[in-house]
This record gives sequence, structure tokens and C-alpha cells, in this order.
Amino acid sequence: MMNKLIFGRYIPGDSVIHHMDPRAKLLLSFYFIGIIFIANNWLTYVILFAFTILAIKLSGVKWSFFINGVKPLIWLILFTVILQVLFSGSGGHVYFKWGIITISQLGLVNGIYIFCRFVLIIFMSTLLTLTTPPLELSDAIEYILMPLKVVHFPVYEVALMLSIALRFVPTLMDETEKIMNAQRARGVDFGEGNIFQQMRAIVPLLIPLFVSSFNRAEDLATAMEARGYQGGEGRSKYRILKWQARDSWATVSFVALTIVLVLCRA
Amino acid sequence: MSQIIDVAHLNYRYPQQSADDLTLKDISFSVADGEWVAIVGHNGSGKSTLAKNINGLLAPVSGTVTVDGQVLSEKTVWDIRKKIGMVFQNPDNQFVGATVEDDVAFSLENQGVPRDEMLTRVHDALAQVSMAEFATREPARLSGGQKQRVALAGMIAARPRILILDEATSMLDPQGRYEVLQTIQQMKASSDLTVLSITHDIDEAASANRVLVVNDGQLVEEGQPAEIFQHGPALIKMGLDMPYAERLKAALKRQGVQVPAEYLTEKGMADWLWQLISNK
Repeated sequence: MMNKLIFGRYIPGDSVIHHMDPRAKLLLSFYFIGIIFIANNWLTYVILFAFTILAIKLSGVKWSFFINGVKPLIWLILFTVILQVLFSGSGGHVYFKWGIITISQLGLVNGIYIFCRFVLIIFMSTLLTLTTPPLELSDAIEYILMPLKVVHFPVYEVALMLSIALRFVPTLMDETEKIMNAQRARGVDFGEGNIFQQMRAIVPLLIPLFVSSFNRAEDLATAMEARGYQGGEGRSKYRILKWQARDSWATVSFVALTIVLVLCRA
Repeated sequence: MSQIIDVAHLNYRYPQQSADDLTLKDISFSVADGEWVAIVGHNGSGKSTLAKNINGLLAPVSGTVTVDGQVLSEKTVWDIRKKIGMVFQNPDNQFVGATVEDDVAFSLENQGVPRDEMLTRVHDALAQVSMAEFATREPARLSGGQKQRVALAGMIAARPRILILDEATSMLDPQGRYEVLQTIQQMKASSDLTVLSITHDIDEAASANRVLVVNDGQLVEEGQPAEIFQHGPALIKMGLDMPYAERLKAALKRQGVQVPAEYLTEKGMADWLWQLISNK
């Protein structure tokens, strides 16, 4: 359950999308979020949806995963859409007016556009997390941050921290489970009572978890030092990323998409 | 045989201790190249502290540590650490890499070994501990024994002269313990590795050429395993373990609980405990 909340969930597969360079996937996903804002009429949104659906088809991941990706955010999306509908002011035909609240044709259309943008962004980012193992994402982030070395940003250290954090997520979740069971055996009720009682029940879970995390961190630091870790400089890399033809083609297709969008926008 | 480790008049205290309270008191010993030495002693007797002094994770108050002809100092510490592989107690807390192969490669990355060479060394090392098929697995999907074997593979790949095992098998189940011990014996047989193992496990101590007994920060006895084992019940005083179930039984007896006289396995002990509780 927690795993899904933190990183989405990687679905192993053998598609073109799975085999893309994580740097390409990460950068293009961000780029996609940017070009969504070019769209401003029905045609451009249809094009964006067609493109997204094609990408999802190529990945071979089941639709249900994407629908599930939207579900947890649906209230946030609807809230934003409703605000947009009610406070867009009067443009086109006005259906309803009461004080500062106006429901107009413009408002409704804007609301639907906002909804489409949310869904497109969620679909594309879900596609990224479903087809890329977290470790590859952290490698991609390392490469992308590399230019920051010029301003003495500790890129290698941050990347190692990220990969260690990822590596310890399952370990700490196991630990949480164990502590919960141990506390249950001592009579703590998790998930019962009102919100304050539930929050209080978390305290005997968090404190042992913190203590053990610090102990782990100390052990890990000792082990790393014993194995000759002296900071990021001068280390060689075991895992490397390869930019391939398919990544270049993906980039070209995104550029083409941008051109089409610019031509079709109102 | 030449001496690969030489410890002379080592004194150590943790920063929070007062000046006359030492964790290690005037410890001197040496280990010959290719020897397997076990260090046994109580919890808190200073065994782990001693190990950490040898590869410079801790710096002594006085005394010298010489490893492979180099005197341990701030200048030589990284050279010496290259020569010493150290496996710790908790299998989870020393697994740095996100996958098995990444973890094995960690020491090599630190030494700046070129990638092509790393690939072959990682692969060979994993094959040697029979973990090659797990190369791309995440640590969460391995057992404790498998994780410790990965840690050993990390050592094999880095090719140290000395292997220090700091209670490396103490958190494993009997099967995992057996596998790890087998792997160490294989490593020992296939290279001229020197092994220094800190342990409570009688089997692990029995594999050694020589046993050092540490008590209260001092080296109190030294001898071949057979000589040390003749002490019988006094072994427990030295920190070598009775089986867990036997210790639990002794502890229960002290509390006035009637315990069965016959030997119980851990599983048998658990069953017996359940019965005892449900009969109440």
C-alpha cells in the first residue's frame, strides 16, 4: 500500500518504452507537462490524448493501472475544476449568476480543459513510473543534475543518498510491520477510534522506528567506510546508461508533437 | 610464515569514557599470513572494538597496529582498508547497493576500478559464493544468509589480504550460518586469505587455527581450539554460546519455572512454551 503511494509501482515488461533510456523518459515526461499548456482548443487536446494513448499502448501496461493512478487524486481534480467553473467570470453564454459565482460557457469549457490537463499529466507520469525501475530513475537524476557540479553541488553524494534511500524503503517497511505487530501484541489499536486516538497510536510506532533507523544509519556508515568509501570523487561507476536510437526517435516524436500542437492551436 | 597483523600494547577508550576506564587494555598479539584466528569473549568484552581498531575505524589511545608491514596512521588508513575486508553482524545494515551486483561492486567503485574489470570481478565473485543467479535481485528478496554471502562476494571482488568477520553469522538461522561458514572455508582454501573471526559460535571458533579469548578488554587466553574447548562449562564464561534453547531454559529455571530436562530444539522450545502458557 505504502509502496504505491511513494513511487508508483514498477511493472516489469519488455516493451520499447521499458527499454528506453531513463534519462530520455524523465526529460520527455517533464517536457510533455510543458507542452500540454500549448493546447487551447478541442483539436489540440484530442491530439495530446491520441499521443498519450499511443504511448500507453506501446508500453503494453494494462489500462486499469492508469485509471487507478487518477483515482487517489480525483477529489483534488474535481475541486480545481469546480473552482475553475464557478470563478472563471462571464464569457460566452451565462447560465447562472449569484454574487461572485458565475457559471458561464467559458467557465465550463475551461473546467473541462483543466480536467483533461490533469488526466494527461497523471497518465504520462504514471507511464514513467510504471515502466522505469526506481533505481534507473535515480541514475537518470544523477546524470541530469551533473551540470550542477560546476557550482559544487554534491551530485554523486545526492545520487548515492537517493539510491540508498530507495534500497531501504522495503527494509523499513518490514520493520514498520514488525513494530506494529509487536505493539499490537501489547494492546495498541491501530486504525481504531477517532482521528486523535489514531494519531496517538502512531507514536509508539514512530519512536522505535526512528531509533532503529538511526542505528541502521550508523552501521551502514561504518560498513561503507570499512569498504573504502571516501566521498564521490574518484569513484568509478558500475551502472551506466546508454542513449540508443529509440531514445532519439522518441525525442523526434515529441518535437513533431510540439510542431503539430503549435500549428493547430487557436 | 610472516606476520600480517601485529598489534602491540593497544589501549583504547571511547570518547565518553573517563581517563582510567579503558575498553581495551594493553592488547598485544600477531596473526600469521594465511592463518585463521577466532576471537571469543562476552558481549561488551571489547572484541568488536578490537576489530575496528585494526582497520582504523577507531583510533587507539596508545599502541600500534601494523598491517602487512604498514603502521596504521591517518596516512595509511585507506591503503590498509583496501587490504582488509570486514563483514558485520547485521546483514541488512551493510548492504549498500540497491541490487546484489551493485553491492558487490561498491568497494570496487570506491577504488576506482575501470568498469570492464568490475563486470568480470563482480561476476566471478558472485559465482564463487553461488549467488550468480541473484545478481539483479534486490536485498529485500534475499534471506539473511544470502545477504551475508553477497557481503562476502563484495570482499572477494575487492581481493583483500585479510577478512575480518565481526559476528557475521550471529543473526543467521542455522542453515544460513552453515552456508556462510562453508563459503568462508572455500574462500580460505582458494586463496591465501587471513581470517580474523569474532564469534560466539562454537563451530566458527572450531574452524580456526587459533582462538584468542578476550575478557573485560584484556587478552586472557590463547590456544588451539581443542585446548580452549576442554574448558567445558567455562566456555560460556568466555562468551561461546550454549545453544539458544539451553540458555533460555537456564534462565527460566532461575526464575523458578519447571523446565523439561531433555534437550529441546528452538522449535521444540517454542511449542513447549505455548503449551505452558495455555495450560495456565
